[in-house]
Amino acid sequence: MGDVILDAGGARAWLELLAGTLSEHAEELTGLDAAIGDADHGSNMDRGFKAVRQKALNQDGADPAAVFKQTGMVLISTVGGAGGPLYGTFFLRMAQAATGKEQLTVEDLRDMLKAGLEGVVQRGKASPGEKTMVDALGPAVEALDAAIAAGKGGEEALQEAADAAERGARATIPMVARKGRASYLGERSAGHQDPGATSSALLVRTLAQSVG
Amino acid sequence: MKKLINQVDDIVSEALQGMLVAHPDLIEINLDPKYIVRKGAPVSGKVALVSGGGSGHEPMHGGFVGHGMLDGACAGEVFTSPTPDQIYECTKRVAGDRGVVHIVKNYTGDVLNFEMAAELAQADGIEVQAVVINDDVAVQDSLYTAGRRGVGATVLAEKIAGARAEEGGSLSEVADDVKRVNEESRSMGMALTSCTVPANGSPTFELADDEMEIGIGIHGEPGRQRMKLEPADRIVDRLLEPVLSDLPFNSGDRVLAFVNGMGGTPQIELYIAMRRVGAALSEAGLRLQRTLIGSYITSLEMAGLSITLLRLDDEMIRLWDAPVLTPGLRWGM
Repeated sequence: MGDVILDAGGARAWLELLAGTLSEHAEELTGLDAAIGDADHGSNMDRGFKAVRQKALNQDGADPAAVFKQTGMVLISTVGGAGGPLYGTFFLRMAQAATGKEQLTVEDLRDMLKAGLEGVVQRGKASPGEKTMVDALGPAVEALDAAIAAGKGGEEALQEAADAAERGARATIPMVARKGRASYLGERSAGHQDPGATSSALLVRTLAQSVG
Repeated sequence: MKKLINQVDDIVSEALQGMLVAHPDLIEINLDPKYIVRKGAPVSGKVALVSGGGSGHEPMHGGFVGHGMLDGACAGEVFTSPTPDQIYECTKRVAGDRGVVHIVKNYTGDVLNFEMAAELAQADGIEVQAVVINDDVAVQDSLYTAGRRGVGATVLAEKIAGARAEEGGSLSEVADDVKRVNEESRSMGMALTSCTVPANGSPTFELADDEMEIGIGIHGEPGRQRMKLEPADRIVDRLLEPVLSDLPFNSGDRVLAFVNGMGGTPQIELYIAMRRVGAALSEAGLRLQRTLIGSYITSLEMAGLSITLLRLDDEMIRLWDAPVLTPGLRWGM
């Protein structure tokens, strides 16, 4: 197993960074959503992660699983839209996969991201290529897995995962949406980057920035 | 942005408080989480109906809480579905001993949040049956989309199933009424102007002065086609054609016609539209038996309308005519 790269304090630092990043990108995410959805993804995520800051990140101690579980519960009760149940489920599954571990290795993070992705797939019933969060999270998990198999260190492996998530998000531009409100546009949804995939790429990027 | 509001963040809770001031005889409200319930809920011996969705569609759904319609309504942020904890708390609050029907409009967020809420309520031993409404013919129903959106049929289903629950119908009977109204209804809408979600501050889409959007959704989602503005009769025909051919409605069918304003449409224009609806239905050999006209499922300040047709039978007519007493719909008592 690799070195420890994230503990409860690190998990909180990551979520703080993610909250700030989502706040900075709120207008951009809402703009992407306005093009193919209902123009609320940025404000919903910002509202949710502001609540995470207030309610989930202010307790010292606790293990990473507790931090992620709190985060998931807060997101479910504050985000609304499709993003609430999907990101809520993502963090709850991450928490389950981290149960009993005070310190997380890069392998743990891979297993957690994989569990989170599976939760999103199950809840949203989306497959790769349908212009959703899955198109950013899926490539991230694959890239992380490959980097670990190639013997790369935690920081480098997560950077590669973040790169893959961003490429995945950009790759949603030509896709025709088949899930969510964007699917109503049919062919007209092509030519726009998916807001959910974009926020998912921010999630993986901030994780990569928080480890070490 | 020009809106009659105080603070953007307070819109939904202040609107709920205002509803209570206006209708203290009919409803009770809860602000954390936000929901509206029928006064005196739960009603013992009665199946409870819960609906909900994003705010900005008033009077739907909170305006339909009361005798003969909904027991609870969950108000999300503007155009954003309510959250599972909100729906779960509302469900618990109205649940008597005969179960709860969730009436869910087919939007990904609404469906996911109601699903999670139903799981939570079922874990508490509350029997929940959810029915999804998807009557909008403007979007293709295929494996490649999230399916048709729920629009005007929601109001009709809440009224008809609400009447069944009021007279003592069982959980499955009430749920079946919702399904049946959904199956026998088709809708299509159009917009003359856009709407501005308060949290965003600018219009969701742009329409030129001489343009309209046919097949618009109730959140300003684009529709089938953007085109030059036409006279009202022609617009009504454009909406009715896909509605009639989709079910399909056949000569001799008895129908309810629901002409709905999108929020910014004067009643006088709705009557002009209803005039053509009446003539067109008669040309198609349909028998217009009941009507509903007004702004009941809106999209903030959007100007435009939607038309819903429901194929009626004796039982549906009886339930439609049954007494109803809610902030938004009342007759017979």
